[in-house]
Amino acid sequence: MGLPELWFVIVAVLWTGFFFLEGFDFGVGMLARTLGSDEDERRQMLTAIGPVWDADEVWLVTGGIAIFAAFPAWYAALFPAAYLPLLVVIVAIVVRAVAIEYRSKRPGPRWRSRWDTAVAVASLLLAFLFGVFWAGIVHGIPIDASGQFVGGSLVSFINAYSVLGGLTLLSFSLAHGATFLALKTAGPVQQRTEVWAARFDVIAGALMTAFAAWTYWAYSRDDAIALMVGLLAVVAMLIALVANLRGRCLIAFWAHGVAIAAFVASMFIALYPNVLPSTLDPEASLTVEGAAASPYSLDVITVVAAIGLPLVIAYQAWSFWVFRKRITVEDAQRSHYA
Amino acid sequence: MADDLLVDLSRLQFATTTLYHYLFVPLTLGLAPYVALLETLHWRTGKDVYRRLARFFGSLLVINFAMGIVTGIVQEFQFGMNWSVFSRFVGDVFGAPLAMEGLLAFFLESTFLGLWLFGRDRLPRGVHVACIWIFTLGTWASAYFIIVANSWMQHPVGYEIDPLTGYPVLNDIGAVLTQPFALWAYVHTVLGGLVAASVFVFAVAAYHLKRRQHIPEMRWAWRTAIAMGLIAALGQTFVGDVLGVIVTDVQPMKIAAGEALWETEGPCASLGIVAIIDQEARENTWELSIPCLLSIVATNSVDGVVVGANELQEQYEEQFGPGNYTPNVWIAFYAFRLMMGFGLIGAAWMVIAWWRTRKERLPEGKLFWGISIWIVFTPWLGNMFGWIFTENARQPWVVYDMLLTRDAVSQISPTFLFISLPVFFLLYGAFAIVEFLLLRRYVIKGPPDDDEPMVGQPAPPRPAQVA
Repeated sequence: MGLPELWFVIVAVLWTGFFFLEGFDFGVGMLARTLGSDEDERRQMLTAIGPVWDADEVWLVTGGIAIFAAFPAWYAALFPAAYLPLLVVIVAIVVRAVAIEYRSKRPGPRWRSRWDTAVAVASLLLAFLFGVFWAGIVHGIPIDASGQFVGGSLVSFINAYSVLGGLTLLSFSLAHGATFLALKTAGPVQQRTEVWAARFDVIAGALMTAFAAWTYWAYSRDDAIALMVGLLAVVAMLIALVANLRGRCLIAFWAHGVAIAAFVASMFIALYPNVLPSTLDPEASLTVEGAAASPYSLDVITVVAAIGLPLVIAYQAWSFWVFRKRITVEDAQRSHYA
Repeated sequence: MADDLLVDLSRLQFATTTLYHYLFVPLTLGLAPYVALLETLHWRTGKDVYRRLARFFGSLLVINFAMGIVTGIVQEFQFGMNWSVFSRFVGDVFGAPLAMEGLLAFFLESTFLGLWLFGRDRLPRGVHVACIWIFTLGTWASAYFIIVANSWMQHPVGYEIDPLTGYPVLNDIGAVLTQPFALWAYVHTVLGGLVAASVFVFAVAAYHLKRRQHIPEMRWAWRTAIAMGLIAALGQTFVGDVLGVIVTDVQPMKIAAGEALWETEGPCASLGIVAIIDQEARENTWELSIPCLLSIVATNSVDGVVVGANELQEQYEEQFGPGNYTPNVWIAFYAFRLMMGFGLIGAAWMVIAWWRTRKERLPEGKLFWGISIWIVFTPWLGNMFGWIFTENARQPWVVYDMLLTRDAVSQISPTFLFISLPVFFLLYGAFAIVEFLLLRRYVIKGPPDDDEPMVGQPAPPRPAQVA
């Protein structure tokens, strides 16, 4: 495996990290508004993600930068092609971050409830659009031989497959978020989210199965590894469902991790050896080798990743351990922040 | 022409969103170490005044940081969305410092900010204090890597041209990370942040001292802000001078434009204070100048020769073919002066303020306190004019002497920009108002009472207290 392939894998790992971590933040963002029965419960739910959501989002930034640094041609073809969807993503990211940070800055119930709605809508849009974005990449976009994007910006990412990808990620985030809350809260919120986690797992599991099947049939047929990865996603969701039904939320949480890793892996296997397939002409597709940065540049960022990534994982894990305690409504009230 | 329109709109969007992002950056850079220092002092001395100040300025830091981080994410997206030719062209070099920023700085900032904010009761005191220092380190490292990337666009080093593609390819990361342009521009940026934070703390203290409230805390803040501001401003004049000499060397056109110097002058080139500039005729209609000063500031020698824009334009045409290689001199000349003026006026006023409040005095004059409060906006203007100067006066290049700005844009329909520009204006405009009102609210509220949570929640019921 050469460095371009290694970076293809690193990009997949970073986006897996993003969906695994920020996935539950998206879920909590949507559930706080809908499952939280009053301001106290909503505050409790948002306090559960308070210390970590910002760092979770950095996985997105790094996932984007990794594409820029390791595959400049991929970045340069992809981002203008997705101009309008990415504009919505940007707006949602800004609104969501500001809403989470600012909701607590004033006590008024109307002030808070408005920001909570903003958090929920932005989280929903982001979970859906990132699924559309990646499934849309797997499906391919109209690019010509010079790597130039030709065609409308919004429509080229919207097709039945990419919408299914969006719905899969959306339902996964709800299931993952509910599981996280069942793990991290105590009291009525914990009981309620535990029930909902299993319900969402049914939907997410069904969509994940449909998505895995479509990915296999349409984009990686006859590839034994792809078949196994697709099956892994389905089995992991099944395990998560059973675990959540039995109140074993920690097992369900990690099963979600396996499922989302298999979800991302299945798409990257379907892509390989391309990074951005052309729907116009297979010859015009951008490949891992063709889009990669120069060997020296890849050497440099590989050293950076070799030092940085283990450190990041270590101190983020430590941060999760520091905040391992379940949050009660009273804790959230006492919390200096959130 | 559609192309010109696309370029202009793309530039307008990038310039406005970058300047907006930079509303939040300087205060984070300067206030983070100040809060870290307060936390440390409280930890070591146990004095309550430090705890209250740390809480107070910590809240303001967090409100400010939230906007800084998301507006920064927007910029990362925009490189690809609006400047894809640029991204493709520079990706091999530019990607490395960005990857370093992401992996080595962003994670550090966000993780340890969370630990500091929420970990007060969960971490040993020393570890908790270390978290805010590591956060500070993250913000400073982040600024370093992004200045390295920007400096490479100003003065490309450590690369060779790929004979196949014609793109620059990284061949010496050490040169990119340590070129003098980048190092001095970085110090310049951090000092700009420290000046901004000093004037901010100074003005906040003025607000409360004027009303004779929170006096022990605010006196401490007032004194330390003056000390920090004067040291940073003094450092800035020195660093600005060093940077000026470097820029004269590597970007002579930027200095020629910044000084509205059309014809080559020297030895003993004179420095224009005010000028009426005629860009079309490529001359100044009128100017007021000080003899010999330009030679001194640009070359550190009275005998130094400073090359004018007309001669440089000819050189450029010889090297790159016909075209306009002269930036807008009017903007460059005045942005340069406004940067220095707004950047240093706060420190100048601090000298007066220090004298008027020496030996625990608190003057009565309304004007004195009014100026001390409203001066808070000047470092922001200084920082913004600094960026306007440095980015505008290197036009028409986006990568100096390599890639023209107009060749760097994404070939997208201008319609997309007619959609995204209003979206950014509305979104950013609305949040600027919310942000300003929130900061103002917290500033006016002052340091928290003893058991009051740091942000938001009303204080738990407690016995009546003496105001």
